[in-house]
Amino acid sequence: MHMADALISPAVGGVMLVATAGLTVYSARKLQEEMDDLKVPLMGVLGALVFAAQMINFTIPGTGSSGHLGGAMLLAVLLGPYAAFLTMASILTIQALFFADGGLLALGCNIFNMGFFPCFVAFPLIYKRIAPNSPDRKRILPAAMAASIIGLQLGALGVVTETFSSDISALSFKTFVLLLLPIHLVIGIVEGFVTASVVSFVTKTRPGVLKMASEPSGGKQISIKPVLITLVIIAALTGGFLSWFASANPDGLEWSIARSSVNKALESSEGRIHTLLAGVQKKIAVFPDYNFRKDKTEEPAKGENTQGKEDAWPSVSAGTSISGLLGGAMSLVLAGLIGFGIRTFQRRRTNK
Amino acid sequence: MGSIESSFFDIGHLDALSSKDSPIHRVDPRIKVLTTLYFIAVVISFNKYDPAGLAPLVVYPLAIMTIGNIPFAYIMKKLLIASPFVLSVALFNPILDRSPALDLGVFIVSGGFVSFASIVAKFVLTVSAGLALIACTGFDSICSALSRMYVPGAFTIQLLFLYRYIFVLGEEAARMARARTLRSFGNKGLGVGVYSSMIGQLLLRTMDRAQRIHLAMLCRGFDREIHHAAPSKIRFSDLLFLAGWSGLFTLFRLYNFPAWLGGELGRLI
Repeated sequence: MHMADALISPAVGGVMLVATAGLTVYSARKLQEEMDDLKVPLMGVLGALVFAAQMINFTIPGTGSSGHLGGAMLLAVLLGPYAAFLTMASILTIQALFFADGGLLALGCNIFNMGFFPCFVAFPLIYKRIAPNSPDRKRILPAAMAASIIGLQLGALGVVTETFSSDISALSFKTFVLLLLPIHLVIGIVEGFVTASVVSFVTKTRPGVLKMASEPSGGKQISIKPVLITLVIIAALTGGFLSWFASANPDGLEWSIARSSVNKALESSEGRIHTLLAGVQKKIAVFPDYNFRKDKTEEPAKGENTQGKEDAWPSVSAGTSISGLLGGAMSLVLAGLIGFGIRTFQRRRTNK
Repeated sequence: MGSIESSFFDIGHLDALSSKDSPIHRVDPRIKVLTTLYFIAVVISFNKYDPAGLAPLVVYPLAIMTIGNIPFAYIMKKLLIASPFVLSVALFNPILDRSPALDLGVFIVSGGFVSFASIVAKFVLTVSAGLALIACTGFDSICSALSRMYVPGAFTIQLLFLYRYIFVLGEEAARMARARTLRSFGNKGLGVGVYSSMIGQLLLRTMDRAQRIHLAMLCRGFDREIHHAAPSKIRFSDLLFLAGWSGLFTLFRLYNFPAWLGGELGRLI
């Protein structure tokens, strides 16, 4: 499930981009330490393999629908978490650039949802626990199944959280969770099954391959703690900087929570985190009070929505609405005219 | 994502567009990447109840596409293909959010419809800007730009490798998929069993290929870096490009141009 730019706010996109950038640097460092040159081409071709495998469908028995491989768990098993994360990130980047599957600013969100969770959470904490390096084929299926399901559920939860904190969609947290998680449960089961059967196929036909691919070679350990601390600080800074630039009112999250029928527990915990973040934002923000916007009257539906639904739109009047629409249409026409002008200018020049 | 063949054809087509020559193609890739990112950030920073404010921003993708000689129809087609997820999320807005937002005299438009329009507008703007970037720059240049913008080398090498082998493995996978389809009748043979042994086979072949590539690379003196021929320099005109566009985006963001235009027009009428 690829997030698009249109569904996130700059603050969310920026924070996730920074987090992903940090993870990318960290993984690249780790790989550098392993000093395994073979991994370079291996990552490239395995990425291409996953890319190709995603386009081949198979039928899911009993449903009449078809599915395809996601691939993150397979990559993690074959390459280890760091290389798998980088490979997944590269696949998502190419999908974003060439297929518009997920936007450029949303790339951070997508890599986090589909790379971080399977490679750094589900693989080491679940797959490795259930099926440590032993080539015991009976353990592969439960391990791959559990890891894929949990990885995908976390990813889906990531999608929901990011969309929800961006406050663009009117879907409440609960409804969105109810919509996405069951679908991803099914996808996770299929994914787990396929991953397990591919892995056991490989262990059956060429047992050495897995060991070669995922064996961690020496090299000193880098502690992840300083990385995480730096990440949090940079993320907070980015969030603060971007939020002066963000249009959604600072309390968008609280406002949405008030509107959605989420239970109290969530409200309080999320609310607390948010107040904390808002405090940090206020301290860092360049224009803390969003006071550079003077055009409140012209845009009827902006700003102070914290009071709730009834008085959220204080100035809905026919005059401003129509002039807004008219102005929008006129600017579109103007932009089109500029494009048309460039084209005729170019034609004239080439004709000469 | 459609059939395998058409997807690869698509990548090839974007690549062909990027090898054209135009003033936009000549702008330094780093500048284009930065401008596009700033554009997207500005677009998505607009309030969700302000679709009209986004209208002037159309000028950027439009200008890039016209100057860069990129066919509109092609970009539009790609937009449509990519739209389902965004549309399915956005569709809930008109259903759930029914508070009045726009008064058009005869009827009142709900906030949901307004925010739906703004999501669609943002989607069109961000995606067309992204596609325009790749169509005017080319993947190799973007990768070299990224590595010069301090993106870790391991990642940019991985991107280049992946890009190169997508075509090779894609063709192989397409042949296998065709062979499977020819041998299966109805839904027989299209299930998970055949699929996983197929992917397994492909995987084993791929691993062998990786080993061969590795040896070939070592023979040619690979030193964990990919060297780009004649990296472009940032010229004064490139800086002007960046400053001009970002200035324009910032202006459109800070001043509501459509509202002013509409107001003036209203007064005239």
